[in-house]
Amino acid sequence: MTDVVSVRDLHFSYPDGHAALRGVSFSLCAGDKVALVGPNGAGKSTLMLQLNGILIGRGEIAIGDMRLTRDNLPVIRGMVGLVFQNPDDQLFSPTVFEDVAFGPLHMGLPEAEVFKRVDAALESVRMTSYRDRLSHHLSVGEKKRIAIATVLSMNPSVLILDEPSAGLDPRARRRLINLLRELPITMLVSTHDMKLVEELFPRTIVMDEGLIVADGVTKEILEDETFLNAHGLEKP
Amino acid sequence: MHSDAFDRYHHGHSLIHDLDPRVKVVVTVAFILSNALLPDAAWLAFLLAWAFILIANALSGLGLGFTFRRSFIALPFALAAITALFSIPGAPVMSFRFLMQDFTITDAGLLRFVSIVIRSWLSVQMAILLVAVTEFPKIVHALNHLRVPTILTVIISFLYRYLFVLTDEVMRLLRAREARSAGAAGKRGGGSVMWRARVVGNMAGQLFLRSYERSDRVYNAMLARGYKGELMTIHPHRFQAGDLLIGLLALVCLVLMQVAGRLP
Amino acid sequence: MHYSPVALHIPDGFLSLVVSLICWAITAVLLAMAVSRTNKSLGEKQVPLMGVMAAFIFAAQMLNFPVAGGTSGHLLGGALAAIVLGPWAAMLVMTAVIAVQALLFQDGGLLVMGANILNMGLITAAIGYGLYRGVANSSRNTKLAVAGVAAWLSVMAGALATSLQLWLSGTSNLQTVVIAMLSVHALIGVGEALITVAALAFIMQTRPDLLDETSASARGGRGWVAAGVVLSLAVVLLSPLASAFPDGLNRVAEDLGFIHIAQSGSGPLAGYSVPFFADASLSKIAAGMIGALVVLAVAIIAGRGLQKKTS
Repeated sequence: MTDVVSVRDLHFSYPDGHAALRGVSFSLCAGDKVALVGPNGAGKSTLMLQLNGILIGRGEIAIGDMRLTRDNLPVIRGMVGLVFQNPDDQLFSPTVFEDVAFGPLHMGLPEAEVFKRVDAALESVRMTSYRDRLSHHLSVGEKKRIAIATVLSMNPSVLILDEPSAGLDPRARRRLINLLRELPITMLVSTHDMKLVEELFPRTIVMDEGLIVADGVTKEILEDETFLNAHGLEKP
Repeated sequence: MHSDAFDRYHHGHSLIHDLDPRVKVVVTVAFILSNALLPDAAWLAFLLAWAFILIANALSGLGLGFTFRRSFIALPFALAAITALFSIPGAPVMSFRFLMQDFTITDAGLLRFVSIVIRSWLSVQMAILLVAVTEFPKIVHALNHLRVPTILTVIISFLYRYLFVLTDEVMRLLRAREARSAGAAGKRGGGSVMWRARVVGNMAGQLFLRSYERSDRVYNAMLARGYKGELMTIHPHRFQAGDLLIGLLALVCLVLMQVAGRLP
Repeated sequence: MHYSPVALHIPDGFLSLVVSLICWAITAVLLAMAVSRTNKSLGEKQVPLMGVMAAFIFAAQMLNFPVAGGTSGHLLGGALAAIVLGPWAAMLVMTAVIAVQALLFQDGGLLVMGANILNMGLITAAIGYGLYRGVANSSRNTKLAVAGVAAWLSVMAGALATSLQLWLSGTSNLQTVVIAMLSVHALIGVGEALITVAALAFIMQTRPDLLDETSASARGGRGWVAAGVVLSLAVVLLSPLASAFPDGLNRVAEDLGFIHIAQSGSGPLAGYSVPFFADASLSKIAAGMIGALVVLAVAIIAGRGLQKKTS
């Protein structure tokens, strides 16, 4: 069986010369829920933008059995659902419906299918009644859930989330954790929320200075306090 | 204060709320156009136009006086028309001295002034009703349907979405300024006008850069969801026979108003 | 939520149908050009950029600073938008701002929106960009100084255009409205200039790449310099002419058949002579200034009353 995501020896430098990724390799199997942790500036966000082809570096990325190239970007972007940290950037349309419809619509799906996708996506984040709401009326927690729906409507094969629990109050955070647990989809989640990591993800990837410094069973990684401290992390 | 105060939509279900937004936009513009077409001192037509607004108010379930109570917004601009009182030749109605200057209000001038103010006051009420009974995104859809270029309606959509986010940022900037602009006892705080202007200019610059960076992130979010440089929109509005009927009925009323305005 | 009283947002009813439609026609042509230019020449990133920038201009118009006597300085933003985004994009951005102000807040009318877009969005962008473009290769201080002058002139041009439209519509007496509008906006324009310069200085310092010369010239051709200069000259020449010798302009307008309603009568302050000025036209200007101050005072009082009600 092929991996859902496989990344081999990925390098990337920003135009200002800063080397954000210095040889990153890992893979995700179908159904994996993996945490991506590391201090700010470790390269987590850069890596996520690579997986969707918004930034393109040196190395190899394959989604399913399709290698990411400039030519198949539209297809890849439909397969990799990328949810940004700030829901105000992710939700750029006036209404919830328009935002959730944006992905399927720009994939060129027929209207009837777009409507179906929107309803299914809202259903899976339990926000069906919010279909016609205005985005700016939502709370942060609601915005985060809708943001997830905006990529679920594309039926992606992997979900990539940047800091999903940041800025949420305890109740909204709890709801989001339950949602992530229920969603039957491969996901890679970047976070500083070590409690979330401990609770939800069997596997963790630790990044620092553009490299993967650990990739293994969450429980074992979180046990090693010296290792965590060395990479600016804390035991939950 | 939260910028939700910007919302002008009043939630409800009524004949007018449920009308197709295209009909509402067209009738609103036609009503304002009709007002502009009415000659000065067409009192009967003005009265009919007001009745039209009252009926629309009533049908929208917002109460008869809904738009009236909010209609004084354009009033300060009436100052611009004040000169019409004196400058149009006609029989003197009233003279007075003000600032050592003789003023004579003429009958023709008075008619013109009052007509301008009434036209404006009627028009603004219709515009108020439009946003009160139509969610703003639907107005934008209507504009799109009515052949306003997509690029403009898209910019308007973005503006509507982010005006709430950015005005919140402005509020925070202004609050931070207030929190730091303590004045020494007995002294006026705040520095010179130049200094105050520079503070605001820096805020504007900062806001610009934040907005610029945000547009980068929004662009990435659009790319991530399949945006390829061409924007597609979806319009869940279906024109019903009832919409057409009500629209036509309203337009007939406007024609009747024009006739009434031209009766000898 | 309240707005600073920008007297340039004309409500419906104050312009005649003919003037409204002529302004809409001019605006529509310019906007059509702007739409085709931005569709053609600019990258796809331009769409979210213009959208968020429209929200920026809208929000930046709420920034204000106290000047004196209860008035406050604030930003209209047409010149600033044109300098940082280029003229075509700025026109679209300002159009969106004015459209939302009219549609959502009834700040400005719908039938007269063409005139409002022309006055506040198109003329301001042309002057702001045109003058700045003329010195795009000069030193930082020259650029800032010219940007300030352009910002001030853009507000004055908007005010003058508004006055002329009101006069041609038979709503206002030419001399009075020109003097009143220009003297109020001479002040407002100073606020505009100060904020524009400070904002540009801030951007030059933190993100000079956004304002570099190559991108500035890529956004519009040299023709904009000519357009900006011509419009500025028109403001500089027409303003004193209209305020001191309105009869000439009235005459021209009549000869061209523009005016349906005779406005040959005396304005409220015309014919009055302030005792200290012997010269007739000087006293006319002085009289106009007094009128302007009265208008300003009433506007401030009305504005405050409205603020209290809405906030």
